[in-house]
Amino acid sequence: MSRKKFNWNYLLIAPALLISVSIILVPGILTIISSFTDWNGISPNINFIGFENFKELFHDKIFFISIRNNVIWTVMFVTIPVCIGMLAAMLLLSRKKTRSIYQVAFLIPYVLAPAVNAMLWLNIIFSPVVGLVAYFKGLGFDISSPLASMKSAIYACAGVDIWHYWSYLTVIYLAALRQTPTDQVEAARIDGCNAWQLFRYIYMPNIKATVSLMFVMIVIGSFLAFDYVKLLTGGGPAHSTEVLGTYAYSYAFSSMQVGKAAAVGLFMSFFGLIASGIYARLSRKEEMQ
Amino acid sequence: MAVTSKKKRVASNFIIHAVLLILVFICLFPIALVVINSFKENADIVRNPLALSQVIHLENYIQAWETGKFAKGFINSVKLSGCTILIILVCSTLAGYVLSGKRIKGSGGILMYFMMAMTVPIQLFLFPLYYVYARFNLIGNIPATSMILAAVYMPLSVFLMRTFFLNVPRDLEEAARIDGANTAQVIWHVMRPVVSPGLITVGVLVGLQSWNEYLISSTFLQGEKNFTATLGFLAMNGSYGSNMSILMASAVILIAPIVIFFLCAQKYFVDGMVSGAVKG
Repeated sequence: MSRKKFNWNYLLIAPALLISVSIILVPGILTIISSFTDWNGISPNINFIGFENFKELFHDKIFFISIRNNVIWTVMFVTIPVCIGMLAAMLLLSRKKTRSIYQVAFLIPYVLAPAVNAMLWLNIIFSPVVGLVAYFKGLGFDISSPLASMKSAIYACAGVDIWHYWSYLTVIYLAALRQTPTDQVEAARIDGCNAWQLFRYIYMPNIKATVSLMFVMIVIGSFLAFDYVKLLTGGGPAHSTEVLGTYAYSYAFSSMQVGKAAAVGLFMSFFGLIASGIYARLSRKEEMQ
Repeated sequence: MAVTSKKKRVASNFIIHAVLLILVFICLFPIALVVINSFKENADIVRNPLALSQVIHLENYIQAWETGKFAKGFINSVKLSGCTILIILVCSTLAGYVLSGKRIKGSGGILMYFMMAMTVPIQLFLFPLYYVYARFNLIGNIPATSMILAAVYMPLSVFLMRTFFLNVPRDLEEAARIDGANTAQVIWHVMRPVVSPGLITVGVLVGLQSWNEYLISSTFLQGEKNFTATLGFLAMNGSYGSNMSILMASAVILIAPIVIFFLCAQKYFVDGMVSGAVKG
C-alpha cells in the first residue's frame, strides 16, 4: 500500500521531450559554450578564448550590415504584409460566397517551397538574360535586376518573401475578424458608422490580441530570415544582403569558424528570446481572459 | 433613393472585387509565367517571356524529369516527410494528451520550454548538431534528418494537439475511468475518435512544411542520391542555368503536386494555421 502507483503520463511525454531536448536544448547549450572557443568543427583541439569571438564581431563591418538588414527586414515585414493582409481580410469578410476561392488563390505562394519560389523569381522575373527585367529592358525601359545592385538587393529579397508570406496573415486576421460578435457590428451599422470607423472601433478592439501576437511572431521571424536571402543572393553582392542567419551559416560551413558562427547564432536568439518573452506574457494574459 | 443606394452597392462591390483580383493577379502571375514558359523553347523564352507558345513542347517535361532526377527525388521527399509526420504524430499526440490537463508535475514548465523552443533560431543548434551527425556518419541519412525536422516542428504540433485534447469533454474521460479503463484505453477508445481531425490537421501542416524545408535538408542531406525533389531542382539550377525551358518545366513538376495536395487538404491546412494563432 505504501508504494505509489506509477504515473504513466511521465512515460507518454518522454518521447516528445527527449527528441526536443537532444536536438534543440543540448546542441543549443553546446553552441553557447562553443561561442567562447576557437573550435573549427573538426579539430579536437579546442581552446577557450573568452569573449574574443564577440569582440571580433563588434569590429566586423559585415556584422553590422547584417543587423541593419535584419532591421530593414523587420520594418518591412511589420508594415507591408500587415497592411495588405488586413485589407484583404477586411474585404474578404464581406464576401461570403467567394471568400474561400480568394483565400485559396492567395495561399498558393505560401504553400510552395521557398526554394521553388526563389528560383521562380530569380529566373523568370529578375534574370537579366531571360527574365521580365531583360524583356522590359529590351523594350527600352531603363531597369536592371534589383538583385544586382547593392542598394536594392535586400529590398528585392524581402519583397519576394513578402509576396510569399502576406496571405498567411490574411487567413489569420480573417479568422479573428469573424469572431467579432455580430450584434456589435449591427449596432454600429445602425448608428451609421462608415467602413473605417467600423474597423477602427468595432473590429480592431476585438482582434487586438491576435494582431499583437502576429506582430511578435513577425519580429521573431524577421531575425530568423534565411531562406530567401540564401537562395536569391547568397548574401551578395559584396555582402550587402547578408542577414544574421546567412552570416552565421557561412562562418560555420565556409570558413569553418564554428565558434564565431555560434556567437552570431547566440545573437540571433537574443532577439528571439526577448520577443518570445513578450509572446509568452501576451498569450498568458489572453488565456486568463 | 433606393436606386442610388443600389448603385452605390454595385459600385462598392465592383471595387472590392477589383482589389481582390489585383491581389490574386500578384500572387499567381509569376507562377502562371512559369507554366506558360515551361511549354516553350529556350530561344522563345529569351525572345519574349510573356508570349504564349505556338507549339507546345511537352518534351521539356521528359527532359526535366530525367535531368532533375525527380524519380529519386520524389521518393526521398516522401521518405523525409513521411518519417517526420510519423514521429510528430506519435510524440505530439502523447505529449498533447499529457499536457492537456494537470496530469503531471511541472507541466507548466514543459509548456514554457516548448514555447521557447518554438522561437529558437535553427542556427542556435545547427552547428554542433551537424558535427555530431558527421561524426556518426548520419549526413545524408533521411530518417536521421527527419528527426531534426520533427524536433523543430514538435512544439507547434504539441500545442495544436493539446488544444484538440482540451476540447474533449472532461466527463467523457471520467466516465470511461469509472468504467475501469486504463490510460491506454482512454487514449485509444475515448480520445482518438475526438482528436482524429487534429491528427489530420497536424499531419497536413507538418507534411507540407517538411516537404518545403530548405535550411536543414540542404545542410544534412548531402550527396546527390539523398537529394529531395527540391534539392535536386536547386542543383539543376546551378548546372542547367542556361536552359530555361527545362528549368521552367521542372519548376512546374515541383509546383503541381503541392498545389493539388493543397487544394485537396486546404480545409485542414487553414484550420491548423488558424488554431495555432487565433484562440476561440
